[in-house]
Amino acid sequence: MDALVARGITKRYAQHVALDKVSFTIPEQTIYGLLGPNGAGKTTLIRIINQIINSDEGEILIFGEKLHSNHIGVIGYLPEERGLYKKLKVGEQLVYLARLKGMSRKDALARIKVWLEKFEILDWWNKKVEDLSKGMAQKVQFISTVMHEPRLIILDEPFSGFDPVNAQLITAEILDLKKKGCTIIFSTHRMETVEDLCDHIALLDKSRKILEGSKKQVKDQFKSNTFIIDHRGTFSLNGGPYELLSQLPGEGDLLKSTIRMTDPRSPNDLIRDLIPLTELHSFQEKIPTMSDIFISLVKGEHHE
Amino acid sequence: MNKIGLIIEREFLNRVHKKSFLVATILIPLIFPTIIALLVFISKASEKNASKEVIYYIDESRIFVPDTSKYIFRNFSGSLEDAKKAFTASDDFGLLYIPPFELSKPEGITLYTRIHPSLDDISVIENLFEGEIKDLKMQKLRIDQKILDSLKTKVNINTVKISEGGQEKSSNSGVLFGIGMAGGILMYMFIFIYGAQIMQGIIEEKTSKVVEVIVSSVKPFQLMMGKIIGLASVGLLQFTIWIILMTTLTFGVFQYFGIDPPQQQAMQQMSGQVAAQQTAMNSEIMNVFNETYNLPWTFIIFIFLFYFLGGYLIYGALFAAVGSAVDSPAEAQQFMFPITIPMLISYLSLFMFILRDPQGTVSVWLSIIPFTSPIAMMGRIGFEVPPWQLALSMSLLVAGFIFTTWVAGRIYRVGILMSGTKVNYKVLAKWFLQRG
Repeated sequence: MDALVARGITKRYAQHVALDKVSFTIPEQTIYGLLGPNGAGKTTLIRIINQIINSDEGEILIFGEKLHSNHIGVIGYLPEERGLYKKLKVGEQLVYLARLKGMSRKDALARIKVWLEKFEILDWWNKKVEDLSKGMAQKVQFISTVMHEPRLIILDEPFSGFDPVNAQLITAEILDLKKKGCTIIFSTHRMETVEDLCDHIALLDKSRKILEGSKKQVKDQFKSNTFIIDHRGTFSLNGGPYELLSQLPGEGDLLKSTIRMTDPRSPNDLIRDLIPLTELHSFQEKIPTMSDIFISLVKGEHHE
Repeated sequence: MNKIGLIIEREFLNRVHKKSFLVATILIPLIFPTIIALLVFISKASEKNASKEVIYYIDESRIFVPDTSKYIFRNFSGSLEDAKKAFTASDDFGLLYIPPFELSKPEGITLYTRIHPSLDDISVIENLFEGEIKDLKMQKLRIDQKILDSLKTKVNINTVKISEGGQEKSSNSGVLFGIGMAGGILMYMFIFIYGAQIMQGIIEEKTSKVVEVIVSSVKPFQLMMGKIIGLASVGLLQFTIWIILMTTLTFGVFQYFGIDPPQQQAMQQMSGQVAAQQTAMNSEIMNVFNETYNLPWTFIIFIFLFYFLGGYLIYGALFAAVGSAVDSPAEAQQFMFPITIPMLISYLSLFMFILRDPQGTVSVWLSIIPFTSPIAMMGRIGFEVPPWQLALSMSLLVAGFIFTTWVAGRIYRVGILMSGTKVNYKVLAKWFLQRG
């Protein structure tokens, strides 16, 4: 079953359209990257999923059911603009937030203790949030997002403001949660995170979805049939199905060349054709990074 | 719905757990009596201790009889010039020069002082002369003080209100005036204090950025209502404690000064033991006590609570809307003006129209329009408001707060998620019109 299906989500404001018929499908137990430049509509979309605002058109299914107020307890949400009540104590605060998510006081207490123990911060129970360091508050904030065991976790720019140690801790927890069956939506414009964590992505730009698929599908789609070889001895390769894009000095006395196949054929053909020309040391397909894809697509859009 | 309950509970506990709540709840009912007692004590003490100032006088009219209760008067024999010289060399209070004058035209009396004399000083001395001249004139006209006294009769009108059923009820406008004024002022203070607290709480949620976490669990409207109701319950609790404290205190004072509770007094009077020796003054005080005691307190407190809740909800919702729109209390100032205006109008009218003429057209309308009715109605409540006016005013108040809550809710749901935007009335209108 899919964790979330969105169909034709549209949201208009007086001056502009924030989301224009956005549809996508998030398979269960995946980490789904929701990408896009600032102002693309990511936060609006996430707020619609969290029922903070309503869409004008379209529908959302959560685990096959139409989005409903009962889903609040199913979703864990870490907003980009996040914070805690400064005057409240850590324990009290988490219990309150858990109860707002629909947990009973007793269950909340038990779950929160488990999480605080896991992060080795059980002795903070009676500390006020305003007395915590920023890193400490971040841990509490993360616990508040996942303590009610949501099946769908939405993290909006989760690592912004997190120090590297906490970021690593949280990354490990996210992977662990996925292993336990959670589906995680990751909204970000930091491509290194996407590269490391996401299984699927959707790219939003100017209120529209311009790309969706598994990371591999997307990368395959943007493969340019370009190969990088390390070799000894120069060669030229003009005409035929190949194009020599560059030939530069590499490590030691080796050279590094970039070759593009102009009509699709197997890499073996290229190797076969190269062997007579030069001494081949390494052969690698140039796979675009998410960052490359992101930039080329978003830029392309903006040049229209 | 049960989530609103959670928010109300949280909001209530947050406030009630604060030390400031405890302090305010216990101290405020004590503050006014304490201040009054202190003032009385200080003025008594200073009266007692103040050494009398010395005034020299040159009396060329030969009628001046020094009254030494306030000042020490010393006759100075010599010319005015000498007196002035001597006076400037001394550090006494004043030099009074009384030239010869006709009784019908007392002119030229002069008080020389080094510092500006207070109005009190001047009037004391003026009274001295006025009294003396009056005595002299009476002697001339051969009027005896006794005859004059026999002309004076003190009249106290008993005001008795007859209801349609023919029941008679004595009333004391002074007491009703006091009730109206106290009720109106309290209402004004309460609405402002609690309204401002709502606003502050919402700004805090917005600046600490916890609000988006919360609205992912509850609807913005639920959050707003939870906060408003939670704070209202704090207000009601505080008010209840105050009433209990003040009642106990009042009875304590009655007991301490040996004044019987008026009911007992009334019974004694009925059994014919009217103390004939009671002076007129004393009976007037007892009258006030009686009147105060016999007021329909339950009714007045009920009405006060109703209008407090209604007024608080009307204004609280507006305060909430303002809080949601801004990022800091300083920014909120610009939107406070339109909220404050109707409050100020009703507060000023309380003294200008309502207490002076509780049944006047302006007073009646102010007590019916929802934005001014909480304060205006408190001003009128002692003076028997016709039931239809009360019913109309109360239903309009309910309609009023439903309306402002609706408006505020629409602004609030958008406003709390917007930080860093420059907000003006146009933006507020846009938010209001924005769809879900």
